[in-house]
Amino acid sequence: MLTYIVRRLIIAIPTLLILVVLSFTLMHAAPGGPFTADREVPPEILANLEARYGLDQPFVVQVFVYLKNVVLHFDFGPSFVYKDRTVNEIIANGFPITLTYGAIAFAVAVFFGVALGVAAATHHNRWIDYFAVGIAIGAQVLPNFVLAPILVLVFTLMLGWLPGGGWEYDQPRYIIMPVIALATSFLASIARITRSSMLEVLNAQHVRTARAKGLPSHRVILSHVLKPALLPVLSYLGPTFVTMITGSVVIDMFFSTGGIGLSLVNAALNRDYSVMMGITILIGALTIGFNLLIDILYAWIDPKIRY
Amino acid sequence: MKTQADIAVVKGRSLWSEARRRFYKNIAAMLGLIVLILVSLFAFFGQYIAQFPIDEIDFNVIGQVEQEGGPSIKNGHYFGTDDLGRDLFARVVQGTQVSLIVGFVGAFIAVAMGTLYGAIAGYAGGRTDNIMMRVVDILMAIPSMFVIILLLVMFGRSMAMLFIGVGMLSWLDMSRIVRGQTLSIKNKEYIHAAQAMGVSDVKIITRHILPNLWGIVAVYATLLIPLMILTESFISFIGLGVQEPLTSWGALISEGAGTMQYGTLWQLTFPLFFFVITISAFYFVGDGLRDALDPKER
Repeated sequence: MLTYIVRRLIIAIPTLLILVVLSFTLMHAAPGGPFTADREVPPEILANLEARYGLDQPFVVQVFVYLKNVVLHFDFGPSFVYKDRTVNEIIANGFPITLTYGAIAFAVAVFFGVALGVAAATHHNRWIDYFAVGIAIGAQVLPNFVLAPILVLVFTLMLGWLPGGGWEYDQPRYIIMPVIALATSFLASIARITRSSMLEVLNAQHVRTARAKGLPSHRVILSHVLKPALLPVLSYLGPTFVTMITGSVVIDMFFSTGGIGLSLVNAALNRDYSVMMGITILIGALTIGFNLLIDILYAWIDPKIRY
Repeated sequence: MKTQADIAVVKGRSLWSEARRRFYKNIAAMLGLIVLILVSLFAFFGQYIAQFPIDEIDFNVIGQVEQEGGPSIKNGHYFGTDDLGRDLFARVVQGTQVSLIVGFVGAFIAVAMGTLYGAIAGYAGGRTDNIMMRVVDILMAIPSMFVIILLLVMFGRSMAMLFIGVGMLSWLDMSRIVRGQTLSIKNKEYIHAAQAMGVSDVKIITRHILPNLWGIVAVYATLLIPLMILTESFISFIGLGVQEPLTSWGALISEGAGTMQYGTLWQLTFPLFFFVITISAFYFVGDGLRDALDPKER
């Protein structure tokens, strides 16, 4: 087990380094520097600016300095556009918001997705099964950038129940629509995976044995079906988490929640390279870490996995 | 009792005609196919029906789009106009073209790259396979959506960059699937026979392995297209996709969502309608193909 974790960690570290170097190289290779503005900057000022941001150094030195700052001090450097703010400040500002509604949406998607999938499988070919399948198909064609406008249309413009955007930590009504918009498609996917893997396990030999020896239905489900059936769901959670963070770009834009997704889009539109890279690296690190966690959990639960 | 001769008369059914028969029987898949044909016809011939070019501003309706700009046969704006007074019918036609092209080209790039990579890795086996798949593992851990955004911003927003970025997003999955299939095909007897006869590796891959992968590749390609369209729409929605006056479903939905509080709902509903029916149609066709072609489901 320990060697497995160590080996996974050894793979995770070069992945992260590749991500950092790749995004840095992309930034460097891009035509036009961050200070190519509409207004021509005098060469002396340009030289000063480049010296301030370390852009006058050779490329290899720049990569090395950037890597050193990121790895040792967790410092992503200053923003190229907002002169008085560092990338760390921008991330510290938006990330808690993204994490708040992201975590709630994640929990909602997992809990209700699994519940719906289990209900559908145990009531195979009954109305709740059709309902679950219907939701799964519907959610496939309603990604968050389609769902968000529809939600605002119905709940804000037509019914006037919920605010169409904004963010207050202590007011749950600002969180409701972002969470629904973000969670729905994952809820549906999780329900679909849970349902099909439950159906498979329900037909397995050991379940028939458990039923034959007279175990009540709920005991069979709880102690013999649920655990093997949830393994495929677990392996889906890693990618889900990533897509949820990516999905937050739409949520932040549409609901003006002020999370990290908005900073990313603004940075992209303003060519604020350092902010883009900082966010990309942060998300990449989270992704790799989360996948690592899921893999370890998987290996721990599933005895068939050898490490 | 049947004699030998009676059996010989019965026409043999090939794997493909069997699959075709199963596909034709699948009502949802056939409906999906019909919808796709209709949407494609709309995309290709819609511009001849449209009364206005995509970027012409109709000064008769501008300023009072809410009252005058609604869908009407009389003034030629079949789907109404957008908030700038441009004909929405022409713009939806154009957006459909862009979205379909991105879907097909993106899926083609992903399928071509993934199939080739996976087939080579699976056929080579051993250390080469190990290294190639480790590279895929590493690339998979990188959040590709962010890399696409990075690419689009840094090298300018162009259709070519969009194709490359969107295609790059999903060749990884494809290569894994193809590698797995190749591993099982490569131990079949006819491959050994070809090897024994001295056929070169390149020829074995192109002549004997790739044709046998065609079924699974077709299924995943069909399921990839809606994914590509979704990705492109997402990128266009956040404003990094195709540029004005060109448009796509994502951009149109984004515009429609931005103006819906002014009561110009048609701006949201028409692109949304085409988006939803096309994506569902692709999924239905893909599922139908999988049921028809996947040996496991039989």
